Amino acid sequence: MSFLTELFSNFWVSLVGKLLIVALMIPLVGMVIGFAEIKLSAKMQARMGPYFAGGRWGWAQLIADGVKFFQKEDLIPDQADRPVFKLAPVLVLVSTVGLLVVIPFGPDLIFRDLSVGIFYALAISSLSTVGVLMAGWSSGNKYSLMGGLRAAGQLIAYELPLVLAVIGSVMLAGTMSMSGIVEAQIAAGYPYVILQFLGFGIFMIAALAELSRIPFDMPIAESELVMGYLTEYSGFRFLFFFLAEFANMFSLSAIAVTLFLGGYWLPGIPESVLPYAGPVILLAKTFLLVFAMIWFRWTFPRFREDQLQSLAWRWLIPIALANILITGAFKVYL
Amino acid sequence: MVLDQDLVRHLSEASVSVELETPEMTLNIGPQHPSTHGVLRLVARVDGERAFDVQPVIGYMHRGYEKISEVRTYPQVTTLVNRIDWVSGYANEVPFIVAAEKLLGVEVPERAQFIRLILTEMARISSHLIFMASYPLELGAATPLFFALRERERVLDLLEGVTGGRFHPNFNRIGGVKPAYGSGSATRKVIQDLPAGFFAETRVAMDKVLYAVDELDALVADNEIIVARTKGVGILPPDVAASFGVSGPNLRASGVKFDLRKVEDYLPYHLFDFEIPVGENGDCWDRWHVRLLEIRQSVRIVQQAIDGIPSGPLQAKVPKIIKVPLGETYVRAENPKGEMGYYLVSNGNQGPYRLKIRTASFSNISILPWILEGVLIPDIIAIMGSLDFVLGDVDR
Repeated sequence: MSFLTELFSNFWVSLVGKLLIVALMIPLVGMVIGFAEIKLSAKMQARMGPYFAGGRWGWAQLIADGVKFFQKEDLIPDQADRPVFKLAPVLVLVSTVGLLVVIPFGPDLIFRDLSVGIFYALAISSLSTVGVLMAGWSSGNKYSLMGGLRAAGQLIAYELPLVLAVIGSVMLAGTMSMSGIVEAQIAAGYPYVILQFLGFGIFMIAALAELSRIPFDMPIAESELVMGYLTEYSGFRFLFFFLAEFANMFSLSAIAVTLFLGGYWLPGIPESVLPYAGPVILLAKTFLLVFAMIWFRWTFPRFREDQLQSLAWRWLIPIALANILITGAFKVYL
Repeated sequence: MVLDQDLVRHLSEASVSVELETPEMTLNIGPQHPSTHGVLRLVARVDGERAFDVQPVIGYMHRGYEKISEVRTYPQVTTLVNRIDWVSGYANEVPFIVAAEKLLGVEVPERAQFIRLILTEMARISSHLIFMASYPLELGAATPLFFALRERERVLDLLEGVTGGRFHPNFNRIGGVKPAYGSGSATRKVIQDLPAGFFAETRVAMDKVLYAVDELDALVADNEIIVARTKGVGILPPDVAASFGVSGPNLRASGVKFDLRKVEDYLPYHLFDFEIPVGENGDCWDRWHVRLLEIRQSVRIVQQAIDGIPSGPLQAKVPKIIKVPLGETYVRAENPKGEMGYYLVSNGNQGPYRLKIRTASFSNISILPWILEGVLIPDIIAIMGSLDFVLGDVDR
């Protein structure tokens, strides 16, 4: 044991170890959520869903799909801007990896506890939009271009509410560190959603827009833009986008859990078991939010781009600003 | 060097205007596109998200049925015409066969007429259920598709039970209908009629369709996003609709209470009690809602027809080789997609001399350049879907 502690106290060993865990987490989480999505959507639509792969419940369907993606020919359109086309999926996946770094899975169980944790998370999650824009631009396809530009336009709409929704929790906790926010909630004895229900709602709506999932999937919009920026992607490059979407669902839900739902902590659980129970609690809460996202996906139609803008600027941002004001008053006078 | 002042001003203005103008883009929507219902091509000139000139290009599915009909006999033509609007194949046969009977002067037995009417209304229900399935999908909601298609399958099963075909029944004969059930043996004479238990099964299926329609109503009609996407989008005023020859549910959604089932006498609709649902604003939501209400009315008609169906033969006495006498006639009918008409010219031979087919979808999509003027790209899809056309019906 002491040997292991010594080994992992070495900077390089711990860095490589952490990177490996993150790198393994993304396909794992992506597959679990992807499988949940296909099975849940089947349930909601009175279908069976995948059935044969793996022998039971089609559990191996996504593994088979993943293998299939790697077997595909690496197609790059003639008109494409090749280096940008190749870089775009990598950039999207990098932002996903970066997002996982600051999520606390338990006390001291965090890849890197940055003092500006939530600030970093919001910044790096926006990086994926750059990748999407690059994908749309470099594909040499008009539909892709419009999808990429829609993603960029969408960024203007959801990014402000996302940041403003977070501020309430940060003000209550008095820190931007992700584990600091959870500890503040433990100290306060209640999850912040009780005071920040407005912030939580706005955060979830904006997160859906950031993920470009229905009802905000205008950059993809299969029936209008024929999958938008994804149109020209196939094979493992498509797999990158696919994994990034599902892993991002997980990461953004985990951030929402950390900020508003008490993170790895549940009221009534003694602090001594938190190092072991923490990850389980966090995963349970996160998957609850992921389930809600999947539920929305298969229930709602799609907004129009201008309707998202007016929703964001006329409703979400004023409400978020009012929320900050109320939170400030609460903090000062109570 | 002396500068030409006019030229300088002209150049500077040119550079300013070049800088400020965003170039337009020509976007080809289709012929291979998930939302064009087949091989329709729209050439849209777009400025960002806004389209300011949309021209439909049709003809990718032209199969020349009008010309082929001239070298086919009358019984063979029904095989062709039920491939025109393939989501309601049965409804296409009836007006053609009625036109031929009109020229021949054959009296069709009442029971056969009732069966034609029941099956036509079932075709209408299945066609509208396809619309109920595909329209939310175009707006991004995938789930209503499965609810609507499941109920459509019940209706198609009944159609298959009677006619032997789900999509292309080819069930009408001149002078009546010909069920697959009970026929087919040369040595043994079996009374030909509808399959056993057909009426009971139809009653059950109609109740289930009604339930599903209520479910779709609850799932789609009050959904805020559906309302935001469709209310006030693609408004079609009644006078414009009429001047473009738009017919069927699209015309009724604009508030025009016109239904050929009440006007013409190709089938005994006057015996039944049903309403003509009309819309108020003529927008996409109204077009969706009128079709929903029409399903309920069609179910009512089917239920009444089952209760009141007379007994009797299914086929009038007609000669083995049918030669339609010299003459011409036009029969039009209210098809699920709108007005469908056959202009039949006979020169006394076994087949038509000329058959002009007026299809609903062809006239309905002629409104596209007008209605898509200056709309956003998502609305192009929403409006196009709400017009509910089938490319086989456009190109024939």
